[in-house]
Amino acid sequence: MMLRSTIVKMSLATVAVLSFGSTTLSADTLSDVQKNGFVKCGVDGGLPGFSEVGSDGVYKGIDVDLCRAVAAAVFGDAKKVKYVALNAKERLTALQSGEIDMLSRNTTWTFTRDASLGLNFAGVNYYDGQGFMVNKKLGVKSAKELDGASICLQTGTTTELNVADYFRSNKMKYKLVSYDTNDQVLKGYETGRCDVLTSDQSQLYGLRIKLAKPDESIVLPEVISKEPLGPVVRQGDDKWFDIVKWTLYGMLNAEEAGVTTANVDAMLKTDNPDIKRLLGVEGQLGEQLGLKKDFMVPVLKQVGNYGESFEATVGVGSPLKIARGYNALWNKGGIQYAPPFR
Amino acid sequence: MAVYSKVEQRRAPSNTKGILHWLRDNLFSTPLNVALTALGIAILFWVIPPFVKWAYTDANFAGSTREDCSGGGACWVFVRMKIDMFMYGFYPSAERWRINTVYGFFFIMMVLFKYLKSASLKILLAHVYFIVGYFLVSGGFFGLEHVPTDKWGGLMLTIVVAAVGIVAAFPLGVILALGRASHLPIIRSISVTYIEFIRGVPLITILFMSSIILPLFFPEGVTFDKLLRALIGIAMFEAAYIAENIRGGLQSIPKGQYEAADAIGLSYWQKMGLVILPQALKVAIPNLVGVSIALFQDTTLVMIIGLFDLLAMVRLSAADSYWLGYETEGYVFVTFIFWFFCYSMSNFSQKLEKRFNTNLR
Repeated sequence: MMLRSTIVKMSLATVAVLSFGSTTLSADTLSDVQKNGFVKCGVDGGLPGFSEVGSDGVYKGIDVDLCRAVAAAVFGDAKKVKYVALNAKERLTALQSGEIDMLSRNTTWTFTRDASLGLNFAGVNYYDGQGFMVNKKLGVKSAKELDGASICLQTGTTTELNVADYFRSNKMKYKLVSYDTNDQVLKGYETGRCDVLTSDQSQLYGLRIKLAKPDESIVLPEVISKEPLGPVVRQGDDKWFDIVKWTLYGMLNAEEAGVTTANVDAMLKTDNPDIKRLLGVEGQLGEQLGLKKDFMVPVLKQVGNYGESFEATVGVGSPLKIARGYNALWNKGGIQYAPPFR
Repeated sequence: MAVYSKVEQRRAPSNTKGILHWLRDNLFSTPLNVALTALGIAILFWVIPPFVKWAYTDANFAGSTREDCSGGGACWVFVRMKIDMFMYGFYPSAERWRINTVYGFFFIMMVLFKYLKSASLKILLAHVYFIVGYFLVSGGFFGLEHVPTDKWGGLMLTIVVAAVGIVAAFPLGVILALGRASHLPIIRSISVTYIEFIRGVPLITILFMSSIILPLFFPEGVTFDKLLRALIGIAMFEAAYIAENIRGGLQSIPKGQYEAADAIGLSYWQKMGLVILPQALKVAIPNLVGVSIALFQDTTLVMIIGLFDLLAMVRLSAADSYWLGYETEGYVFVTFIFWFFCYSMSNFSQKLEKRFNTNLR
């Protein structure tokens, strides 16, 4: 018997080592990625507009686009991504343990996560926040008019606390109708148990599609909490951190400069010095990151600039039809602002 | 002397056979039964017509876009468009014939089992099947493209997890059961501790352990295949339950069998392998199938560690922004698939019982 269990143990260990050889994690993520031939990117997979899977089994969404952009920046090929679908609990562990190279899974940038978990947030690719959805028939145009409303929400989340804070600071009364899951919340709203449904804005648009008559509901413009969502990398590898950060900034700068998938080839011949530096026609910016100097060209060709990615995945080009809102560029009324390529 | 004349054959009185009789005997025998029958019929009326209306009359079958789902009923177009994802997950579509081949081999093996008499030949065949199946699905040899396990998904992953879970857990379960029945104190206490520890923990905890806690113990950068981690966890879990079921079988074997085996000078392993286990396993079959069915359903738990089995694949597909709002259709489809598999297994076990029920009792 003892012999048997030893044999079992030994064979288990052998199987593990043989078939799934270990890779050691160095502090140089870029060369690991280059050696592997793909970027291991952690996504959600089940979040409409952010990371979802089409009928053909291909990942798409605004979070997925960032993975593709980083792959395009490193390899010149946006397809060289290995997606790892992660749930909210395991996402940070997966990054810490090196199972993924970057996490792009609508993760809120908070003090604790940034400071104490050995992680770094490389920018914000979507400014989210809690919002309200109401039936058009109510004739409400602003959240300030919601005094006395009954509100459906998912219990046990920060959503509840944000609502309490907002209504108290505006000296308004409200009645809570809480449910366990988002789908139940939606049913409650649809059957008229409440006047208002509250959740993160990005979720509200997805929930609205599920209504029998989506056009009869509107999402109010007010956002009552800050949920900056962005890509995350491991702390201690500044080079990789910079690559992810500047790929995102490159996409934002490209939108600001008007460089799109369609005109990127023509833009290579432009006289505008900002665009010349962005596309690597002038200067060696990409090489300072350890990439090719024209690393942004394949990003823009295969993924597009930030605006194109936004509109195609969550904006007007998608079923969600989320307005740009805070995610418009700083010069168009939003707060998306990227440092210059210089 | 009495004269007996032949009485013509008559039909049985109508109140002792036929549908009417059956109805009266089973459904309307007492006032309580009449009330219960009425209640049952009312519930059926309340549930079935709306379901048929939703699932068939008002449902949409044809088309390929969201716009084709106009009626108020089910949108089976969603299931039809996503069926490849449900069946194969992310497995590359050009390679899916490999999975179908493995399914095909399974039926060939079942047919061969009917005609093969030798048990050891059957066991050999089953081993060959598993090895061939693994290499065919995983690939990486003879010019077959290697398909890493993170691309496995859908029904195929459900079957892999259930099959490997049961097959790997079985030998371990037998050993644990024998260990628990052993007279050697160390072996017995190891077995008891293992079985009681595992049975005291929910499967979900073991899966969490394997997917979230375990990676933190490895040196940074060492990652193990997630599926392998889950499979080891599930096999360890199942082994404890199988062991208990087999122990039940072992205890039902009369002491005389052990003594008779000892008396003719069989060694421990001969005694167990030739005399005790064949009888004990026969007794344990119904419970073992029960465990297998439970495991097949438990496979859906792998969803929480980010493996996309059939149910997870449906959830994933329902989150496709183009197809938002059609979860119900997906879940009904999954219900049907699970019912089909579990019912087949339970049918199979009844056949096995009949076939093996040769001598006992």
